[in-house]
Amino acid sequence: MQLYLPIADIPVNVFLILAMGAAVGFVSGMFGIGGGFLMTPLLIFVGIAPAVAVASVASHIAASSFSGALSYWRRRAIDPTLALVLLSGGIVGTALGVFVFTLLRNLGQLDLLIALSYVILLSTVGGLMFWEGLRAMLRIRRGENIPLRRSGSHGWIHGLPLKMRFKRSKIYLSVIPIVVTGLVIGFIGAVMGIGGSFILIPIMIYWLRIPTSTVIGTSMVLTLVTMVFATLLHAVTNHLVDAVLALILMVGGVTGAQFGARAGQKIRGEHLRLLLGLLILAVGIRFAIELVIRPEDLFTIRETGGAG
Amino acid sequence: MTLRAALATVVAAVALGAGALTPARAERLIVSVSNHRVTVTPNYSGEELVLFGSVERDDKTPARTGNYDLVVTVSGPRADLVTRRKERRFGIWINTDSRQFLQVPAYLAVFANRPIDAIAPPDLARRQQLGLNNVLLTQRVGTDYADVVATDPFRSAFVRLRTEHGLYREATSAVTFLTPTLFRTGIPLPAEVPIGTYDIEIKLFADGALVAKSETAFDIVKVGFEQFIANAARNHGFIYGVLTAAMALMTGWMASVVFRRD
Repeated sequence: MQLYLPIADIPVNVFLILAMGAAVGFVSGMFGIGGGFLMTPLLIFVGIAPAVAVASVASHIAASSFSGALSYWRRRAIDPTLALVLLSGGIVGTALGVFVFTLLRNLGQLDLLIALSYVILLSTVGGLMFWEGLRAMLRIRRGENIPLRRSGSHGWIHGLPLKMRFKRSKIYLSVIPIVVTGLVIGFIGAVMGIGGSFILIPIMIYWLRIPTSTVIGTSMVLTLVTMVFATLLHAVTNHLVDAVLALILMVGGVTGAQFGARAGQKIRGEHLRLLLGLLILAVGIRFAIELVIRPEDLFTIRETGGAG
Repeated sequence: MTLRAALATVVAAVALGAGALTPARAERLIVSVSNHRVTVTPNYSGEELVLFGSVERDDKTPARTGNYDLVVTVSGPRADLVTRRKERRFGIWINTDSRQFLQVPAYLAVFANRPIDAIAPPDLARRQQLGLNNVLLTQRVGTDYADVVATDPFRSAFVRLRTEHGLYREATSAVTFLTPTLFRTGIPLPAEVPIGTYDIEIKLFADGALVAKSETAFDIVKVGFEQFIANAARNHGFIYGVLTAAMALMTGWMASVVFRRD
């Protein structure tokens, strides 16, 4: 069934978009991530202008992370204090990111920056995750005990001032690294057009050593707020949010996310990390190939002022 | 009496002179397009319009030795576009050079009954902007604004890419003469059609010279729901954003209720 999108100005197949939303939703529900890094390239591939894709995906991520956050909230798996501290950094980071985004777009090298940061971030995070998952799996196969990653966990982060007690996470931690984390994720998210939870979750687990029980729910709150903020910002400044496209994506996404979350609970943690690592790595490599291989067409056309 | 006779002669001479000065009446073009208002509805996925018309002659029109030739140029709403070229630097392909095309038609189609170079000599074709190679595409070259030769790599890449998307086209056998004076041509509109006013310029040639021209236009508009959404997004960005965000939250909430397990 063909449907004409009022802002993207092209007709699309509703079932194709719905299926894409569901597939990405499944992945995001399974791993507890937003899935923007998959959705945005997919939409661009279907022929939607990059700027419209980035803007509309923001509202799609807001929907799926809200649905996720609600169910985590019912299970008391969200730390509200921690979320607030993260958000204070996140909002500032997002605003900074949008500012840099506009600046780079005027310089004409935004595409390169986005492609390079996709390659570097995705391959690093994906590679690390894959490696870590693989090691954990091998250790279990050899029958070794998984060392509690608490040894030496009292690093320099725990020596920082301005400590605060986060009751639900049962940790006592300085707010400085948390605010900085929020800032960085907000900044990266705004520049790259992604939610950033696939970077946030590893940081929270391995660097801040926040218990896994509250990590995913709390990171969803950060994603939710920054994406709502991003939707508003895109709607006000560029007028490029396609509500019809967003609605189709959301319906597919939230449905897929529910099934993904169920599937995710049946898979063991290290297998999940291995799979997610592979997925992220694959997207990163795809972007790398695009940069290295001689493009089929050396020329591209863009509407000035329109697409990023 | 002689005076009156002289006056009559003058009057007659003036009348005769005037008659001689009036050029022989040229052909007139009467054209119409099948639809002056193309509406983009939810199930729009491209359309084809038909332009038809006839060449009107009367007894004063000079006789033509050959057949008529016709060139139809359809140009859509104008936009600023930039063409970028990638080059290999430090092992990766990046955009290095770019050219800006200023106020060029977002849609451009040229239809004729036979190849342009057979219709008019090169200088006339250039002057009348016949064919994609001769249409004026203004570029910003440094501080100057100018069009360049058709073989310029940026210009030809621009035309080629637009053609691949069905937004630019040149069909030199699209115009068909049903009778020596009655003609028609189809105007295919792609799915990704730009919204706006489309000007159609019809030029009639005979023996390699321009003998008549006419203009008409059609509009491509969004109606109903599409128009409502597009207007809301453009004119009430903040409210539109709030509503979209609210819609996202509603969808998320509904999903969590529908799929609630505990």
